Amino acid sequence: MPREDESVEAMEIDGQHQQAAITAVPDGFNVDYLRIYYGKLFPYGDFFKWLSYGNDGKHPGCDQSYVGRREFSFTLENDIYLRFQSFDSVSEMESSIKEKCPFKIDIGPPAKRHAYAQSGNNVFVPVERELIFDIDISDYDDVRYCCSGADVCMDCWPLMTIAIKILDASLRDDFGFNHILWVYSGRRGVHCWVCDSRARKLNNEQRAAIADYFRVYKGGENAMKKVSLTGHVLHPFLARAYTNVLKCFFEDKLLLSQQLFASEERYQKILDLIPDENVASELHNKWQGNRRSSISKEDANATRWEQLKSTLQSGKHKGLRRCIEEIVFSYSYPRLDMEVSKHMNHLLKAPFCIHPKTGRVCVPIDPDNCDDFDPTTVPTLSQDIVSATIAESLQGGIRKLIQCKAPAVQEYLDLVKFTVTFQLFLPA
Amino acid sequence: MEIVRSHRQLAAEAASGVGGGGSAGGLPTYRVAPQLEVRLEEFELFAIDRLRVLKGIADGLSRGKRPEEMEKLVKELWKAHMRHQDPAETLNKDIISHFVLRLVYCRTEELRKWFLSMETTLFRYRFRLESLESQRMLMSEFQLPYKALPHSEFEAVKDKLSQVARTIGQSATVESVFFKVPFEEVPDLVACRRVFLSKGYAYVAMSQVVSLVVTQFRCNISKALVLTNRKWTSTIKEQEKDRLTPIVEALSNAYFGPDYSQLRENHHLKHGGRMQFGLFLKGAGLKLEDALAFWRAEFSQKVGSERFDKEYAYSIRHNYGKEGKRTDYTPYSCQKIISATPGVGDHHGCPYRHFGEENLRAALNKMGTSGHSLEEIMDKVKNRHYQLACTMTFEAAHGVSCDTGINHPNQYFSESQKVLKAKNQAVESQATT
Ligand SMILES: [Zn+2]
Repeated sequence: MPREDESVEAMEIDGQHQQAAITAVPDGFNVDYLRIYYGKLFPYGDFFKWLSYGNDGKHPGCDQSYVGRREFSFTLENDIYLRFQSFDSVSEMESSIKEKCPFKIDIGPPAKRHAYAQSGNNVFVPVERELIFDIDISDYDDVRYCCSGADVCMDCWPLMTIAIKILDASLRDDFGFNHILWVYSGRRGVHCWVCDSRARKLNNEQRAAIADYFRVYKGGENAMKKVSLTGHVLHPFLARAYTNVLKCFFEDKLLLSQQLFASEERYQKILDLIPDENVASELHNKWQGNRRSSISKEDANATRWEQLKSTLQSGKHKGLRRCIEEIVFSYSYPRLDMEVSKHMNHLLKAPFCIHPKTGRVCVPIDPDNCDDFDPTTVPTLSQDIVSATIAESLQGGIRKLIQCKAPAVQEYLDLVKFTVTFQLFLPA
Repeated sequence: MEIVRSHRQLAAEAASGVGGGGSAGGLPTYRVAPQLEVRLEEFELFAIDRLRVLKGIADGLSRGKRPEEMEKLVKELWKAHMRHQDPAETLNKDIISHFVLRLVYCRTEELRKWFLSMETTLFRYRFRLESLESQRMLMSEFQLPYKALPHSEFEAVKDKLSQVARTIGQSATVESVFFKVPFEEVPDLVACRRVFLSKGYAYVAMSQVVSLVVTQFRCNISKALVLTNRKWTSTIKEQEKDRLTPIVEALSNAYFGPDYSQLRENHHLKHGGRMQFGLFLKGAGLKLEDALAFWRAEFSQKVGSERFDKEYAYSIRHNYGKEGKRTDYTPYSCQKIISATPGVGDHHGCPYRHFGEENLRAALNKMGTSGHSLEEIMDKVKNRHYQLACTMTFEAAHGVSCDTGINHPNQYFSESQKVLKAKNQAVESQATT
């Protein structure tokens, strides 16, 4: 079965010919890399430990059958989809993953029936489920101008950073959860797994309630993303989100990075959010006249935002102050895929999968340091990583690898760093 | 051994929380099946009256009525169908009708879900109408383990509580009684951010306590429905296979035809209307023996079946024409209903003949008829072809033709059932191929 060894041999690598080996590894995602990844890098032990929630121990309270009730699904090469996989031990899981080499692994809920109990059809009734959130950058296409669809860059990624900060803080401070895992989805967003036993026991109604607590968009989920903040003041949660996160991100980052006021089309979209047409057209006229002024575009964004704020805050226009907040919320507040959170039976991609399109590893994100997370430098299952993996096994351990300080090793070390982030999330 | 006690006495006990149902003030919690004495002719009518209330609530919800509108609606529905001059009578009717419908609606997941949802909504709005005093009594009756927030803790979060109060349009002066509860207990308040949350606890104001109580109520009824179903499956269903099952279906499908959907708003059905409706149910399978068996099953444990038969047989038999005049009424045909003239406030009659255009359009709309077919039906009505209009409604609703035409409400009902049954079978056979 150890195919990765075959591929290593096929490339005729040995200690003396390491350089040659590195150039011999082809670039880009392929199934051979994936085999090496599953063979040497995938953190089976930590992964299994996470999903056991302490039931893998020896003490009397342990339910040894707990993990075996969980559904996994594998997407194989050529889109072959295998549902209802289940494993009673880490070695069982490891050998299955190595053998099947899935392009994608999804995690479902632990279900009432053992996944292998085949009486009639495979009906799984979820008995518990992590509370999960899925946030995709593609849902923000109306408020980002740098990229669209599945693309993402460091100009628009802060929208994800905002989502992590706001949800993480509220899940901890408001809902009292502690055991929270954030994962980069490998391409266009982030996933959140709230793993506290209290979270896993929530029923669908309670899950929906939490998802709704986070929702500020008026109308149905598919309706226009129009924010409506009612009431005389903001709910403490929204007020905190606004002052601690949204306001600074909007003014210090998005305003400039997205050039929100740089063209008539863009500022008109913002002016459309002002309910008083006179005020909107007054500002519009002012900025249109300014079009050829000498101020730089950066200045234009900041200046126009300040002008808009002072106009709306002025005593002349009572009832428009809330509008400033609504604009900020519209352009920065987290947009959740509500359905994923509301039901217990949604499958969600596992951490440490490799995104088949980008080759990026779905690494955990440390919420306390999420400002530093850069999706464009996330380790990819690349030539470098594969070479370093091979090198490590040849040189006998990671310490020696660190000592050699070759640039090719860096990405590999990054990946190791992310597995440490994952270990930190696990209970001691 | 006194087993059957007087109405009044029992109701009084119930009201004081001793006897059946459990209640504070006028609002029972239905925790214990009552040992109440019921005149048999009342039992079907009680259930139908309650069904009218629940149906009205379902209509209100489906029209997306706001909470204030729902509160008003529930108040009106209750007054129209359930309220009696004597509060003890109202309480009796309340408890009995609830338990009868519990039996009717326990049988399938779908029925339980509907009943649970409507009863919970009914309870929610009735609770809101109760006095503060009886709200507190209900809270203690549900044995909710929450104590009011101590002063020191209250002071620490007062600003946040005031902030939340202002977001929902209340004044900044905060209520003084709050309960600190796990957020899971008040999902509705969490969903619309009507509570302050901290470290997993929701701070629930006295004025919001309804959410807590409702959660408990829903939980109790939900469990009870499952138990009732178990009892039904284990004993009653087998014994009453050919009698009870059809009635129970008739009661839960009683709103099939357009004729019977207009069961709401301000007035009791007057005598004529009740007659028409009751006989429709009879045609749909509610027979004398069924009513007896139905009643016996849920309420007669203490009465004893022998005594039950002896003492109560007459009133049932009279209703069904076996005693007294021995007139076995046939449900009215369309022709008879169309030619009768309902008085002001009567809610029966043929809807095509007796409804105003607006009401009829609304009723047809609710049945899913719209656009071209709706206009065609209205055209027939304008030309006084009421039965033709009804037949077209049937065809539009089910997507099949009805060559014989509709000339009897029970026919509408039975044809509808045939179509649905055929559809179900078609779906099943499709699924297997
Ligand atoms: Zn971008």
